[in-house]
Amino acid sequence: MSTITERLRRALGSDVLGLLGLFVITVIAFGLTTPHFLSVGNFESIGFQLPDLGLLTLAMLAPIVSGGINLAVIATANLSGLTLAWILNMNGGPQAGVVPFVIGVVAALAVGGASGAAMGAVIAYFGAHPILASLAMMIFLKGLGEFLTRGGDISGFPAFLGQLGHGVVLGVPVPMLVFTVAAILWHVMLARTRHGFSVGMIGSNPRASEYSGIPVKRSLTLIYTISGVMCAIAGILMLTEFNSVRVGHGEALLLVTVLACFLGGVDPNGGFGRVAPVFVSLLILQTLSSGLNLLGANQHLSTAVWGLFLIAVMVFRFASSARLRGLFKTVGK
Amino acid sequence: MTEPSPRPSIPASEAIRFEHVSVRFGGVLALDDVSFSVGQGEVHCLAGENGSGKSTLIKVIAGVYQALPGVRTDYFGESVAAPTPQLARRKGVAVIWQDLALFPEMTVAENIAFDGLVGGLRLVNYHAIRETARAALAKLGVELDLSAPLKSLPISGRQLVAIARALASDAKLVFMDEPTASLTQTETDRLLSVVRTLSSTGVAVVFVSHRLAEVLDVSSRVTVLRDGRLVGVFDAEGMTQSRLTELMTGKQFDHAVTARDVGDAPIVLETSGLTRQGEYSDVNLTVRAGEVVGLIGLIGAGRTELAHTLFGMSRANSGSVQLSGSAVAFTSNREAIAAGIGYVSEDRLALGLVQPQSIADNIVVTTLKQISDADGLISVAKKSAAVAKGIGEFAIKIGQPGDAVSTLSGGNQQRVVLAKWLATAPKLLILDCPTVGVDVGARDGIYKIVRGLAERGIAILMISDEVHEVYFHSDRILHMAGGRIVAEYDPRRISIAELERAVYA
Repeated sequence: MSTITERLRRALGSDVLGLLGLFVITVIAFGLTTPHFLSVGNFESIGFQLPDLGLLTLAMLAPIVSGGINLAVIATANLSGLTLAWILNMNGGPQAGVVPFVIGVVAALAVGGASGAAMGAVIAYFGAHPILASLAMMIFLKGLGEFLTRGGDISGFPAFLGQLGHGVVLGVPVPMLVFTVAAILWHVMLARTRHGFSVGMIGSNPRASEYSGIPVKRSLTLIYTISGVMCAIAGILMLTEFNSVRVGHGEALLLVTVLACFLGGVDPNGGFGRVAPVFVSLLILQTLSSGLNLLGANQHLSTAVWGLFLIAVMVFRFASSARLRGLFKTVGK
Repeated sequence: MTEPSPRPSIPASEAIRFEHVSVRFGGVLALDDVSFSVGQGEVHCLAGENGSGKSTLIKVIAGVYQALPGVRTDYFGESVAAPTPQLARRKGVAVIWQDLALFPEMTVAENIAFDGLVGGLRLVNYHAIRETARAALAKLGVELDLSAPLKSLPISGRQLVAIARALASDAKLVFMDEPTASLTQTETDRLLSVVRTLSSTGVAVVFVSHRLAEVLDVSSRVTVLRDGRLVGVFDAEGMTQSRLTELMTGKQFDHAVTARDVGDAPIVLETSGLTRQGEYSDVNLTVRAGEVVGLIGLIGAGRTELAHTLFGMSRANSGSVQLSGSAVAFTSNREAIAAGIGYVSEDRLALGLVQPQSIADNIVVTTLKQISDADGLISVAKKSAAVAKGIGEFAIKIGQPGDAVSTLSGGNQQRVVLAKWLATAPKLLILDCPTVGVDVGARDGIYKIVRGLAERGIAILMISDEVHEVYFHSDRILHMAGGRIVAEYDPRRISIAELERAVYA
């Protein structure tokens, strides 16, 4: 028993293990108290709801590890979605074929990447504070989107898009597949590539990183660019799910993405953050929300419960690390 | 080695006398039956390496820590059962920690008069503040602009403000923690003359440091601690830094000139007429393969600025740099690293290492390409091999490679820095004050490593502000002052005293 937990701990890290435990507890608690919670339908609905928040959280995660933040994730996703919608509408709307869709997707990814690159360059080369730079980018993108759409919805897309947004492959919702692949790629990018290594170093100390020969400015610009591309993927997915695009769609998720990162043990000061624990945190948040929904609670209540839950986790983490520090103090001096 | 006769001579009247001080933290005996006394108006040195118990002893005297039973504590001839911080301060004990604990945004006057200001609901009387500050500075015999914000003062000025603050609250015994660590020689001299003034008015001063050569002149006695125990109390007269080092570490170091001739080994670095406005001018120097060239100069001589240009982090206005015979003009330090230059910064905390990250990541940060596979991903196996190589080669004492590098001692951190640069197979290593913040006992290890690197054929430019360092550990010495290289010395043809006179004149 102890060797199995030990092996798991080594493979996943103690943070993931703790969160997985929390996830299991949540599932069991709702399973015992809520009818229909342990049903295929419920887990399928979690699989459809989780990916939007999940992809946006990944887009938030990488800039936080680099010591910054990207407050423009929702706005970037919206504008990328608009780009795709615009190209589809130009090519017959509901009658548009696959080719315009592919072109639209490429254009949407390009728009997402470009807005990320612009933001990253301002942060890296002009030394702007990431909060201010990304806030400015958020306001700009949002304003631009409202100007282009006059504040309304754009809808009327080809039917095959619905199969993407609502399809199921081998019992797994397509959006969940997209999110899982994105999470794996994100994990490889942060944990195994030179770029990911550099991002962590920069997040801890950009000057010392530069002295060691890390291309700090280039890496920062790149990480915001990739974050923008991830936002675009989220925007495209949202379009296929809702069959419409509107500026401001999903705005309530912005700060939840930040908190999901911190719940997953990402260091708010930068330098440290892993995808796996963040992934499990997202599972927990979505399970909480679905469970409460099945209990008949108002959707806003589940947002409030998320907040309380995150506060509890922060207090617990702080208390346990303070206890550790106390221990070192007595031994160290 | 022969112990000099410990001389527990007792001055006429004592400021403090502490006997049988023992302090225990958890399972560790931080102080073991230590006795310590300072006479009124005496200038005393408290010497010991990091972890020898100096800080603990000061905190016992300042009433912060409680000693184990059996201790005897006298303040100005009066026995006190259980000192508290308030009581120690009332008795006239003041401690000036290395960080000074001042308020950068407040004025000089407010900082000096601060202790009389806090507490109570009285309105602040700015006239009284200035009077208090002026009186305290007058006692020191120095003049400062009372209404200048503290942050506009250099470190040496802030230190004087901290001393004045202690005097303003009637201190009779002032502890100064590492007071000369960031001062130039001129500033140190000014500090020493202030200390003399204090001493003549009956205020005792205790210097707490592991670098004491410059304060031995004004001191009368030295108390040496090692591993929480008292080594002895010695006369300052006749004491030298090397003698003191032996007492602090319990080891003997061979202080022999290690300079050798590298003959006509190929020239690795050559600069001619190198100039950067406001930083350095007309710098001509050569470093050959396998040669250790010491670049000595005081803070502000332009040494680090020159290093930055050689490392590609700033550009010269005129002049040229040749690396192994071909002209180079780097536009970034990445180009310099690729060309075979490594730079060990003097500021290990902020620039040398990414402190919160792991030892392993700090070792491989310069060689990410080498540890990557063909698919572009970092290879776990290659990475741990590179880390093991660095740790083994430099005998770095660590817990786990995944531990934060900040958990290491200064000496071991510096070994990590050297390991990460050696991994790049450099032709030229620039060492900027390589033993700053490294314990005396651990310095020899660093010097041996530097020698070893030179023997592999690496050209080494060792920047320093310690005459000892360049005199004993380099093959050739260049003296830099006012942005220029003003002289060149061969350590085998000059005495250390002559070199000290030349540099500190």
